[in-house]
Amino acid sequence: MTAAGATPAPDGEATSSDGPILALDDIGKSYGNVHALRGVSLRVRQGEVTCVLGDNGAGKSTLIKIVAGLHDYSEGTMTLRGSVRRFASPRVAQAFGIATVYQDLALAPLMSVWRNFFLANEIRRGPFLDIPAMKRICAEELTKMGIVIPDLDRPVGSLSGGQRQVVAIARAIHFGAAVLILDEPTAALGVKQSGVVLKYIAKARDAGLGVIFITHNPHHAYLVGNHFIVLKLGQVALDAHRDELTLAQLTAEMAGGQELAELSHELRGAQPGKVVPPGDVTPGAVEAPELAPGEVAGMEDV
Amino acid sequence: MTTVTATPADDRVATRSVAASFLGRPEIGALVGAVALATLFLLVAPAFRSVGNIGTILYGSSTIGIMAVAVALLMIGGEFDLSAGVAVTTSGLAAAHLAWYFSLNVWVGVAFALALALGIGAFNGWLLHVTGLPSFLVTLGTFFVLQGANLALTRLVAGGVSSNSLNDLDGFDGAKAVFASSFDLGPIEIKVPIAFWLVLTVVGGVVLLRTHYGSWIFAVGGDPAAARAVGVPVIATKVALFMTVGFCAWLLGMHNLFNYNNVQSGQGVGNEFIYIISSVIGGCLLTGGYGSVVGATVGALIFGMTQLGITYAGWDPDWFKTFLGIMLIAATLVNLQVKQKADAR
Repeated sequence: MTAAGATPAPDGEATSSDGPILALDDIGKSYGNVHALRGVSLRVRQGEVTCVLGDNGAGKSTLIKIVAGLHDYSEGTMTLRGSVRRFASPRVAQAFGIATVYQDLALAPLMSVWRNFFLANEIRRGPFLDIPAMKRICAEELTKMGIVIPDLDRPVGSLSGGQRQVVAIARAIHFGAAVLILDEPTAALGVKQSGVVLKYIAKARDAGLGVIFITHNPHHAYLVGNHFIVLKLGQVALDAHRDELTLAQLTAEMAGGQELAELSHELRGAQPGKVVPPGDVTPGAVEAPELAPGEVAGMEDV
Repeated sequence: MTTVTATPADDRVATRSVAASFLGRPEIGALVGAVALATLFLLVAPAFRSVGNIGTILYGSSTIGIMAVAVALLMIGGEFDLSAGVAVTTSGLAAAHLAWYFSLNVWVGVAFALALALGIGAFNGWLLHVTGLPSFLVTLGTFFVLQGANLALTRLVAGGVSSNSLNDLDGFDGAKAVFASSFDLGPIEIKVPIAFWLVLTVVGGVVLLRTHYGSWIFAVGGDPAAARAVGVPVIATKVALFMTVGFCAWLLGMHNLFNYNNVQSGQGVGNEFIYIISSVIGGCLLTGGYGSVVGATVGALIFGMTQLGITYAGWDPDWFKTFLGIMLIAATLVNLQVKQKADAR
């Protein structure tokens, strides 16, 4: 596993006293003949928020699944604390201090809130669960996150979407030892709940965690991010520190930049603002828009 | 830091009442059913009221309950085992044939049967993992393999359809004392499988609700992808559950062997469904992630009571299976209703 031993990262960044805890170099991942990721390099430093942005299908989920131990990678190297690693399972990744909030939250719907919170990290007294301690800690962590669930024995499936999100985030923050990955944590939340999540990202950073914040919202990213990576079709389109980038530039890059300019040119023919009289439409009567070859293929979620 | 005062408790989510929590338990439907059934038979069947028959009813229930406990755990873990019925016969035959053919101490046969039963369970779990097929198909395959092997090997070794008697081999009396003895508890004769059944129920219930393995079982049945993502060893948990079924099949197989001195090679077919029905009556969801060990035990008790109650009441025993089918559908509906009500509060 530790073939590379303690050799520093190749590009000399590790020579500084606080080198990256996690470094990805030219990481690639193929599913059959689909290249979901190609040549992606990424540095995660403790005490910093690294934002990974990208449209649907840009490869964000694939990237975090590699770091979280759900997928292996097919090219490149992943270096954690100076040693090249391949995580055989999420359990191994967690043992190395990497905690993840998944986009689908990874909660078992029929299980109670406290059982989900401590799943695979149960507190034990001898062979048995220390249920009072688990319920108490779960309640404390959720209260810190700003929600109060009076009955922690409720199945998670009966909570609202926002509450479920908070349970998943509270769990990762509680167990995240070194690196905390958040996959689209604000995508399903309202403004206020998003604000709470962003405050927690800042708190996790202040505590010295290396945070990877996956999002497609440049405004959320710019509020907390130190470093920004924009992925496009599985490749890095932008890799910039906060000092080198304004929110406007980031937003433009996320919105597609050059692509958006082309799109606005194309859509000019669609006459925005036009109103047509209502009509009954028979099935199949709506015509397909004219698309360039391969344009729909680009919508595939990888 | 967000404070509690900034976000007061969400008043749309009220605390569940104690009654709702109680009614939300998965085994409640089975308990109600068992009480109703006991009342019915107490009214119509005079023999059912005799205290001495309690032992008989419990014994009948225990031969289902020993397996139902393991099958319920497996179902909560999201899988089926259709080979559970014939696996009981397989382990009995394995012990009998090995010990008889080589004239060994019967304990050698007992140990071999244990290894075989655990091995069958591990094989089921491993095959499930490797092929990614539903357990229904994988264990259906195992079911037919074992059923055929039971018949063919018995004909080969013993030249018939039943294993040869073991009662002149070394260790037989000891093994009979362990697996097929009985003791009196007041006026009630308690056969030893009843004790096995109760111990398994307590151990299974404690493991499910009071240990981290229980959380893992619920999680791998409820959402295996989520369980894996947070670090639950999904495959190991499922293999362990199949091996638990194997262990219980061995226990019941040993009882059958030493109780009757031999095993019929065609036995056990169809029993796998009885174990599954007991678990479902006890509140297990067919889709996994929800259920109760105590419920499955009550489900087995319902079976035992029905089996004997129909006879004691003087009804035609041919109706037994019909009655079971009705019980199964009623239990499923009650479980669904109770669960929806409990979740809605």
